[in-house]
Amino acid sequence: MIEDDHSPSLLDVRQITKSFAGVTALAGVDLTVRAGEVHCVLGQNGAGKSTLIKTLSGVYQPDGGTIHWQGRATTIASPVAALALGIATMYQELDVVDGLTVAENIFLGHENATGGVLRVASANREAAALMARLGHAAISPRTEVGSLSAANKQIVSMARALSRDTKLIIMDEPSAVLDSEEVKNLFRVVRELTESGIAVIYISHRLEEIRQIGDRITVIKDGRSTASGLAVAHTPTPELIRLMTGRDVANVFPARVPVPTDSPVVLEIEGLSVRGLFSPVDFAVRAGEIVGLAGLVGSGRSEILETVYGARRATTGLVRVAGTTLRNGSVNGAVAAGVGLSPEERKSQGLLLDEPVFKNITLATFGRFALGGMLNDRRERAAAAEQISSLELRPADPDQLTRTLSGGNQQKILLARWLVHGTRVLLLDEPTRGVDVGARAEIYSLIRRLAAAGNAIVIVSSEIEEVLGLADRVLVVADGRVLTTTNTTDIDEHGVLDLVMKGSAA
Amino acid sequence: MSEQNSTVAIATTARPSPTGGAPSSPPSALKRMMGGSAGRNLGLVIALALLVVVGAITAGDRFLTVDNMLTIIRFASIIGVISIGMTFVITAGGIDLSVGSVMGLATVVSTLTAVQLAATQTSWLLMVLIALGVGMAAGYINGVVIAYGNVVAFMATLAMLVGARGLAELLSNRQTQIVNNSGFLSFTRADLLGVPVLIWIFVVVAAAGWFLLNRTTFGRRTVAIGGNREAARLAGINVKRHTVYLYVLSGFTCGIAAIMMLGRTTAGTSTHGTLYELDAIAAVVVGGTLLIGGRGTIVGTVLGVLIFSTLTNVFTQNNLSTSVQAVAKGVIIVVAVLLQQKFASRGGKST
Repeated sequence: MIEDDHSPSLLDVRQITKSFAGVTALAGVDLTVRAGEVHCVLGQNGAGKSTLIKTLSGVYQPDGGTIHWQGRATTIASPVAALALGIATMYQELDVVDGLTVAENIFLGHENATGGVLRVASANREAAALMARLGHAAISPRTEVGSLSAANKQIVSMARALSRDTKLIIMDEPSAVLDSEEVKNLFRVVRELTESGIAVIYISHRLEEIRQIGDRITVIKDGRSTASGLAVAHTPTPELIRLMTGRDVANVFPARVPVPTDSPVVLEIEGLSVRGLFSPVDFAVRAGEIVGLAGLVGSGRSEILETVYGARRATTGLVRVAGTTLRNGSVNGAVAAGVGLSPEERKSQGLLLDEPVFKNITLATFGRFALGGMLNDRRERAAAAEQISSLELRPADPDQLTRTLSGGNQQKILLARWLVHGTRVLLLDEPTRGVDVGARAEIYSLIRRLAAAGNAIVIVSSEIEEVLGLADRVLVVADGRVLTTTNTTDIDEHGVLDLVMKGSAA
Repeated sequence: MSEQNSTVAIATTARPSPTGGAPSSPPSALKRMMGGSAGRNLGLVIALALLVVVGAITAGDRFLTVDNMLTIIRFASIIGVISIGMTFVITAGGIDLSVGSVMGLATVVSTLTAVQLAATQTSWLLMVLIALGVGMAAGYINGVVIAYGNVVAFMATLAMLVGARGLAELLSNRQTQIVNNSGFLSFTRADLLGVPVLIWIFVVVAAAGWFLLNRTTFGRRTVAIGGNREAARLAGINVKRHTVYLYVLSGFTCGIAAIMMLGRTTAGTSTHGTLYELDAIAAVVVGGTLLIGGRGTIVGTVLGVLIFSTLTNVFTQNNLSTSVQAVAKGVIIVVAVLLQQKFASRGGKST
């Protein structure tokens, strides 16, 4: 363990443990945070990061171990106690109230009031000052929060933390909902906070980000800290991946296999458009080919995918699968023709979290296992088990509750759903969102395998690197228009970004 | 219990699966069962048993007779049939407030002079078919307005509640219409193996409902839509069409209840079924079906209905007023739902 005595530790966590109904979530975590630093906590999904955060913010009580706050042994009995100590938490699901104004959100729970009557003017004045301190003076304290972007909601959430005497802010994957420009701004704000002596615990999957913003890193694996307080500058990336996953990750993207030139066209899109969302798009995907859509959030890339799938009604144009034109706006038609979609928001659009894994795998096909409308659980389970073993889903239990699986394994369920009964076209929207590095490589090679098996695949991702690494061809999208279509070998990340920036400006 | 104080903890709390699941991983098999439907139903059985004990102690001989037991179940049977349909609607995340007045309307339409005349000339089954038809038609209108008109179920069925009641008053001219078809009455008032036909109808409807919910694609779609509507839609389930089916099913059970009501009271009137929607919803939710959808239990609903009807019986046997019953009912609903939540959150965790 690296101990550095230059600055005293603000928070000192030793060997804390926590288990739920016999399942161990934390098996001994050490974490030392100093005032004024950005301390990154790195770990795969299911490693125990969320439990750690909730323990520090007073949601859970640890079963064992010690917590020292400003040198004194402390128990953080409740979220209110955490706030009183000066620990504020920004959860991934932003905890702002859409119907209230910026100022009302900032002072939620500790309103400025005299005898129960709100002092609106002074609250607005103080809120304006806090927003200005965070570099967002342009946002009026009277704005309704529901009308703000995710990035600005985060700023409000941060202002709320500052409105109390906060010494430590825990940020749980704050960049997950942001595009690259917004992430830059977030980092600027984080830097200003730390310069004023506030410590930040920053949780993220993205190693690049940690490189940019982090001072020190604690890595968690299987509920244990495998490294505590490593200096970011002196730890190479492969070392971090090894600490996180317990194995070496040689090459993330699997080798590209050239698509045979005589491979038939499976998916054809002609002049497809939705008024107000994107202008006419034409492209075709051959069996075994992966086509990527690259662009920023809001560029229209997900909308294109959803329209191909029939989840949105097209204004013009048509979609053909193996020569047959699909009915406009009909998901059932697309599914019947062998098209499958893995949606952008895994939890809200893809999964029944409280159902067992096998029912999620067969959600699109349980009718085909049924005889005269009567379900056949046994055959469904068997078919699901087959996919579970071929996709290496963990745990390999068809009756496991879907909610308990990690992000990577939940993503595999969405792929398995379309493999159960054979598909020809797979539409993958953000297939690795919220999936950690180790599981990512697995999903990449899975997607490659599916293409090699003859599926036509369209992939959308906000990570340009991912599109370029996986796809054979890429369509660069900005402002609802396809700017260019090119082989991925002929363009690099900077090339795509240049196009996107110019396209958005035009 | 600081966990309960945090909205985050509640939001990430896992709910046990409605089917319990096969005991495939040894250490959790028992826990899964107890946290699953069996464990929850056990709670309801205990509550029911407690009521029976209270009844036996306070009303003794009068309570513990076979006749009285049959009375309790017969009393439960009409609400019970409606509650089965309601279970499906609620499991899919909807609500049907119109059940009581649709049942009332069905009793009125199938006892209109013209209908009874036609039934005498043909068969008493005509009255049955008309009652079922009225229920399904009302359900169809509910379903179409909700699914294709995108009106929230609460408002659409509230409108049907008011509208159907009004139509029943118009058609009957607020008069009670006596059933004079002897074939109809001899069927609905008959006994089979010493058990009234009304109870048999309830048993058959409950069994069919259990099968439909747990063993058919229709049931799976219902749970999927209630659990995650968008995921169901994107998996290719025709959510709108299924929604219409669900309200037609609910209307269908109202039609069956109307036939039973005519048998029991031998008269059709626009006031039949007043406030039945609340009794049905209470029974369904107390039974363990989630009001937000995604989990439904027919066994739970049956137990819920029996608990309320036993309670009413115990109070009646002890000569307590209906006002006292109403207060007790209110308390029981709250306590039962609180206990439900406690059961449901057990074993929940997040990482």
